[in-house]
Amino acid sequence: MADGSIGLWTVPLAVLGGAIRVSTPFLFVSLGECITERSGRINLGLEGTLVMGAMSAYGISYLTGSPWLGVLAAGITGALLGALHAGICSLPRVNDIAVGIALMLFGTGLAFYLGKPLIEPTAPRLPAIDFGWWSDIPQLRAVLRINVMFLIGVALAPILYWAFRTTRWGLLIRTAGESSDAARAMGYSVLLIRLRATMVGGFLAGIGGSFLSLFYPGSWNEGLSSGQGITAVALVIFARWDPLLCLWASLAFGGAAALGPALQSVGVTSGYHLFNAAPYILTLAIMIITCSPKRTLTGAPAELSITR
Amino acid sequence: MEFGRISRRHLLQGGAALTLGAATGARPSFAAETTIGFIYVGSRDDYGYNQAHAQGAAALKKIPGLKVVEEEKVPETDAVEKTIESMINLDGATLLFPTSFGYYNPHTVKMANKFPKLRFEHCGGLWSDKDPKNAGSYFGYIDEAQYISGIIAGYSSKSGKLGFVAAKPIPQVLRNINAFALGARLANPKATTQVIFTGDWSMPVKEAEATNSLIDQGVDVLTCHVDGPKTMVENAARRGAMVCGYHVNQSPLAPKAYLTGAEWNWEALYPKFVKMIAAGESIPNFYRGGLKEEIVKTSPYGEAVSAEARKHADEVKAKFLSGDGYAIFKGGLVDNKGKTVIAAGTDRGQKDPELEKMDYLVEGVIGATS
Repeated sequence: MADGSIGLWTVPLAVLGGAIRVSTPFLFVSLGECITERSGRINLGLEGTLVMGAMSAYGISYLTGSPWLGVLAAGITGALLGALHAGICSLPRVNDIAVGIALMLFGTGLAFYLGKPLIEPTAPRLPAIDFGWWSDIPQLRAVLRINVMFLIGVALAPILYWAFRTTRWGLLIRTAGESSDAARAMGYSVLLIRLRATMVGGFLAGIGGSFLSLFYPGSWNEGLSSGQGITAVALVIFARWDPLLCLWASLAFGGAAALGPALQSVGVTSGYHLFNAAPYILTLAIMIITCSPKRTLTGAPAELSITR
Repeated sequence: MEFGRISRRHLLQGGAALTLGAATGARPSFAAETTIGFIYVGSRDDYGYNQAHAQGAAALKKIPGLKVVEEEKVPETDAVEKTIESMINLDGATLLFPTSFGYYNPHTVKMANKFPKLRFEHCGGLWSDKDPKNAGSYFGYIDEAQYISGIIAGYSSKSGKLGFVAAKPIPQVLRNINAFALGARLANPKATTQVIFTGDWSMPVKEAEATNSLIDQGVDVLTCHVDGPKTMVENAARRGAMVCGYHVNQSPLAPKAYLTGAEWNWEALYPKFVKMIAAGESIPNFYRGGLKEEIVKTSPYGEAVSAEARKHADEVKAKFLSGDGYAIFKGGLVDNKGKTVIAAGTDRGQKDPELEKMDYLVEGVIGATS
């Protein structure tokens, strides 16, 4: 159109853009949680890890001027929180879900406390790669300004899928998750495997947080996560602990989050509360369609405290 | 600062005034300090609504003899009643500022009935004769500043399409959207203002998505009414659009893209309230004011604002500041469904309480209230 508007095309474009922009934290948190849960433990604290990651990435990026150092700091913070979770859970008769909830509150609280002085300053952000150079539609070019972390996340999903099936450590994690007795009989320490798996999971979730504060929406404030960490943990369950399905589920959630604002922008204004709730309705619908009282969840690691 | 001179003697009197006639000095705790409680719905440093109030509270902290207690992120539920009770019973607060719209009815009203000797000053509520006398509602006509923003935005937009990222369709938000749109139409009669509601006061991802969707539609100047405008301002500036700020001055976030903004001026109002109490005057239960009363202000113009726009905006601003006042919502106003919402010939002045029940979007706004 002559006035630079693209009319109704905004909606599919915004959903595509949302899938790319909004999905990355979901993707990293769900892949991380996938590793942790495959080893037989649930870390519900990843919401706290995500927020801590976002805060520490922003802080380090602001102090050092290098956003990539911020990403690294977020990963290390996440791994430390993962180690804390795994450490507490390796004590006898400790419930991993309860510890996770405690760490979720601890992580968000600590991040808000330490993050107070970071709300006003502006930290250097992660760069975007322009994949839309071939197009002369500015809207499409905006959608195709993609951060490299999204690409890493997308590549990580098939790598994890492959690693769980064929590599030695992938099989070890699954053994610990399916039957801790078998892992012990083979001479491996189940606690150590789970410690490492939880730390890697925390590392990825922390990196997911750095994307929130350093790329999109791209600043630190206390409402930043608004529950995305928790949503991503739930996403693992409906992705059936499969990294490839985690990828598709994350993309669907990202796109669904963009649907509400996009529909309003083209004039579909009635029922916007319903469209804003689209990600949650999607979760419920998929849960209802795929669950059955006659069998347990397919793909669930047997050692998980929810399936045991 | 002139309020710095409030003496201990004045504070004693103030304390007495606060308890509405309690014998002077009967409660020795008043002699030492007067405690004022501030309750915020979000984070105190959100670069927005709550920060503006916290800046007002900070101005009170500088006055000797005043102690300020604050609690942030208190939901608009029974939780605020618990916070008020603990501020009264544990901290000895005698003057309370519940600063969020949803705190008023029933929560603040209930607390004011329960503690008839204490004073409650609520921001944004609509005090009526049926409400307790020790409760008051104050608010600023920030739509005056939004109107000025609208004029600037109307001149600055090349496409004639403006965007408004809003939280919820409540009267105060609708009034801001309408004032912004009417201001823009002064500058450019064909200007449209597209509104997107995100559904809640602080939803950074939704706000960023709304900003991107609006810009995809050809919008090139944006403003907002959410608790923390930081997300909208930064994301719009990244896409090359211009912005008008809200709540506080956000120009440091995007110096080139920032045109002007509608700001609160609580730093001026709160010390004024305390001074009135200390002097034994009663604060009107229904307290309102705009640019003239220094309850709201506009951000300094950014460099991108043209001389023509500055001139027009300054003219309108002078009318707001003059004794006669200025009506944004004039008779013959039509909403965006074609219905006449203000009959011809009856201008609704800023103090008209009807405006605080606004439930429509004016002609030129693209969007719906439900």
